[in-house]
Amino acid sequence: MAKYRVLIVEDSPTMRQLLVFALRRLKDVEIVEAQDGMDGLRRVSSDHFDIALIDINMPVMDGLKLIRLMRDEESLRQIPIIVVTTEGADEDRERALALGANEYLTKPIQANRVLAVVKDLLKANA
Amino acid sequence: MSSQDPKASSRAEEFLSIFRKGAEFTRELLKEKERLRGELASVRDRQEVAAQSPEQWEKLRRELLSRIHSLEQECSSVRERLDQVERENGQFAQRYVEIEEENNNLANLYVASYQLHSTLDPDEVLKIILEIAINLIGAEVFAVYLLNEETGELRAVASEGADLAGFPRIKLGQGMLGKAVAATEATCWDVQAGSDPSQPVVCVPLAVQDRPVGAIVVHSLLQQKGGFTPLDHELFNMLGRHAATAIFAARLYSQSARKLNTIQGFIDLLTK
Repeated sequence: MAKYRVLIVEDSPTMRQLLVFALRRLKDVEIVEAQDGMDGLRRVSSDHFDIALIDINMPVMDGLKLIRLMRDEESLRQIPIIVVTTEGADEDRERALALGANEYLTKPIQANRVLAVVKDLLKANA
Repeated sequence: MSSQDPKASSRAEEFLSIFRKGAEFTRELLKEKERLRGELASVRDRQEVAAQSPEQWEKLRRELLSRIHSLEQECSSVRERLDQVERENGQFAQRYVEIEEENNNLANLYVASYQLHSTLDPDEVLKIILEIAINLIGAEVFAVYLLNEETGELRAVASEGADLAGFPRIKLGQGMLGKAVAATEATCWDVQAGSDPSQPVVCVPLAVQDRPVGAIVVHSLLQQKGGFTPLDHELFNMLGRHAATAIFAARLYSQSARKLNTIQGFIDLLTK
């Protein structure tokens, strides 16, 4: 059984594959992919996750709404959230962090940076 | 009382064992003390002998100076070795960072190439090209152009950040973009010029066997993307070849699928 379970909520298959590549370097990790906010909410509600990486601009339900719903739900409140997005403006960052995201990373991503942030949050939340 | 006997006996054994160890340690200390005392006496003897004769004194002095010199040499050699190990350590750390970066770059190239060849649907291929340009290159306003071989004109078929209609048609071989596409080599212009929406910052020609089939024209980059990295240039080269091949293959496949449907319909008509 995997030590950590990571949820990637991202509509772009290319981006999901890149994140999976980066996160596979963690030991004992199980990665689950969701293709939009609604899919992500369904998965996070039905299973345990140690961390979630969420995109902002997605069809069906955007990342900000998913973060708000997760932070409003008692059982999901403790899951660390990393936003991975193209939106680089300060106000977008502040909005996501104010809603309860723990970290905010902009695309194009650097695999090392993603990995370091995930490791830090997993350690802090252990 | 009888139940406490084994416990008392065990504690006594433990105490005796500690005591024995202590005694042994003391004996070793005494032995060492004797050895040092002997050595000190020998040094004193030699000093006394040397003090009586100037030759002996000079000999002892030279011996000591020689010993100091050899120790200094040893010390400097150890320092040099330490410096060398530190330098090597720094080089290894640097190499590790470079390998990590190379690994990440290869992962990006692999993912881009894998995604491009994962479908034979022309619309899907275009969607994947857009995804790669946004997520891997950091393009904000850009378009994918395809060449009409009959008219020699490039027309935008997919775009991001601006309406498709806003991207002008390009004549192959004419103007900065037309010439860049005809040259089948990625061309980068000043990124700062990206503030002018009509001015492209990069043109990546899509070519199959050096025959242009289209281009990706980027007009501006995401605000967090300061400029192009070596990985971007590798991506441009990879996109220029792989995206073109993927588009070409998808077009051929859809044409053959259409033809197959027509022939099948014709056969059905004849046989029914």
